[in-house]
Amino acid sequence: MSTLPFPDESSAPILRLVNVGKMYATGSVEVEALRGVSMEVARGEYVAIMGPSGSGKSTLMHILGCLDVPTSGSYDLAGEDVSTMDEDALAHVRNRQIGFVFQQFNLLASLSAWRNVELPLCYSGVGRAERKKRAVKALERVGLGDRLDHRPGELSGGQQQRVAVARALVTDPALILADEPTGNLDSHSTADVLRLFAELHDQGRTIVLITHEHDVAESAQRTVRIFDGAIATDAQMDSTPASFASAR
Amino acid sequence: MNWGETVRTALEAIRSRRMRSSLTMLGILIGIAAVMLTVGLGQGAQAQVRSQINQLGSNLLIVSPGSTTTTTGIRGGRGSASTLTTRDATALASPVVAPDIARVAPVVTGSQSLTAGSTNWTTTVVGTTPDWLAVRARSMTEGRFFTTAELNDAASVVVLGSTTASQLFVAQDALGQAVNINGTNMTVIGILNTAGSSTTTDDDDQALVPQTTYSSRIASSGNASGISTLYIQANSTDSLSAAYQETQKTLLATHGVTVAASDFTISSQESLLSTATATDQTLTVLLAGIAAISLLVGGIGVMNIMLVSVTERIREIGLRKALGATPRVVRRQFLVEASTLGLVGGVLGIGLGLLGAQVLPHFLNQPVTIPPVAGIGALGVALIIGIAAGVYPASRAARLAPIDALRSE
Repeated sequence: MSTLPFPDESSAPILRLVNVGKMYATGSVEVEALRGVSMEVARGEYVAIMGPSGSGKSTLMHILGCLDVPTSGSYDLAGEDVSTMDEDALAHVRNRQIGFVFQQFNLLASLSAWRNVELPLCYSGVGRAERKKRAVKALERVGLGDRLDHRPGELSGGQQQRVAVARALVTDPALILADEPTGNLDSHSTADVLRLFAELHDQGRTIVLITHEHDVAESAQRTVRIFDGAIATDAQMDSTPASFASAR
Repeated sequence: MNWGETVRTALEAIRSRRMRSSLTMLGILIGIAAVMLTVGLGQGAQAQVRSQINQLGSNLLIVSPGSTTTTTGIRGGRGSASTLTTRDATALASPVVAPDIARVAPVVTGSQSLTAGSTNWTTTVVGTTPDWLAVRARSMTEGRFFTTAELNDAASVVVLGSTTASQLFVAQDALGQAVNINGTNMTVIGILNTAGSSTTTDDDDQALVPQTTYSSRIASSGNASGISTLYIQANSTDSLSAAYQETQKTLLATHGVTVAASDFTISSQESLLSTATATDQTLTVLLAGIAAISLLVGGIGVMNIMLVSVTERIREIGLRKALGATPRVVRRQFLVEASTLGLVGGVLGIGLGLLGAQVLPHFLNQPVTIPPVAGIGALGVALIIGIAAGVYPASRAARLAPIDALRSE
């Protein structure tokens, strides 16, 4: 738990990584996937994390998403030190603070769109009627208000990813963490999903997007490049698009 | 996630894999039905034997003559010696000698041809005393049983079983008619109520005469006081063992022998029952064992399917964990799924068992009695099998690391 006082919550960073390291033991060989990563992400920021495969960006994403814990260093998410939490506590943090968007969409094929979206709320003990209301609202927000009862198989790839975004939004999380969200989409759907992220950013959402595509990374405000398990560059975009400029 | 949600999720998972779930349940269903039916058949057979033995009367001790040992050392079977006499019966009937004995009915039997007019019928003729009626717990439909006076006079009276009466007197009332047994004309003074037949004897097909009449007019040999069986009724169930002791002591004394050389055998209804049901029980245990193995195989089927299910749904598990499911919630989901398979299979199995209990007796000529507790027990067993089969797969699912689960293709 961070002891630093936060007099003005909005100015405090949502994410703060201090010297985070991650070692994997594969057989007798130890692989250092992350070596001393330190970064902060402020509330409302839209950050792209880039890096070639093997750079450690997936490991960083797992740690940011509380799916894994660092072997050294500390990680504060929304004012809580999550680097020392146990599995149950991490599950709660994931449930309340993080909205995931995956490359594979990861929707449950047997459930309709709104049932997929309400899933995180089931695990936080929200009542049934309230869950449905919030799921419908989230689906309307991503423009799928007319596809509530469609199953994933009856939706296009872009629509499925928007359902996944709605699922990420439904808990009103501190952070939306998107792992290659456009990796399985055609250019039209990619533009669609990126426009949605831009809109969410305009509304003050904090978004961290992991990608290896430059044009996807360009939609973000700030790009962090990972190389060999460490941060190589961390740059604000020079030319912020008009829509962002108006919002900030 | 509360229990209601968990159950709903589990039911959805079962429904979405209909074919597989029903085949898995079939294993439990067949196992439970098989166990219920074998237990039911065993219980039915035992109940049948019990009712046959209870039909003999209540609080009964049955004394049969013991085996003889010839001078050359060859032992005859039970009953080969005719060591019991009417004196034994008289001694035992004394309230001083045997206070715990209520009534004694000595019985001597033989197969005889009965003739009424032009009709004849071969049946068992029983020579006994008036106490027979009470000891054997029988009653009369018509007329009366013979009296002590008739016993003392060796009167020519006969009481017929209902089957015997209807065989001899087809279209007319048997009461008051004459029946010829071994050259002696006897008057029918009563007809016994029906008792039902057992597998070995037909209690409705017999003719009863006073023991004195039997020995003087019907028996071929001269042993006037010899009897084949003593039926002894104790005062109550509680005094049965005292009556046993008194019978043994009295008979040893009257026969002048020691326990080791005793020439008679005393059996109680319980000992008859345990002898008669011992074979049945062995068979029931054997069959129930086979049925239990089939239930175990059904349980292994549930476990197998749950393991396959966990492997297949690794991504789903990973996603649920990423979305905030704790290991406990994941474990619970799979446990509920497995126990639902067990429980539903169990309920259907009980249904099939009850149906079988209705249908089987028509083919087997054997009653099937399923005790209600067996149904509840079967349900519990099915549930426990489901839970036990689910523990390992569920804890495997719970232990999955979310990143590994999400990454798998």
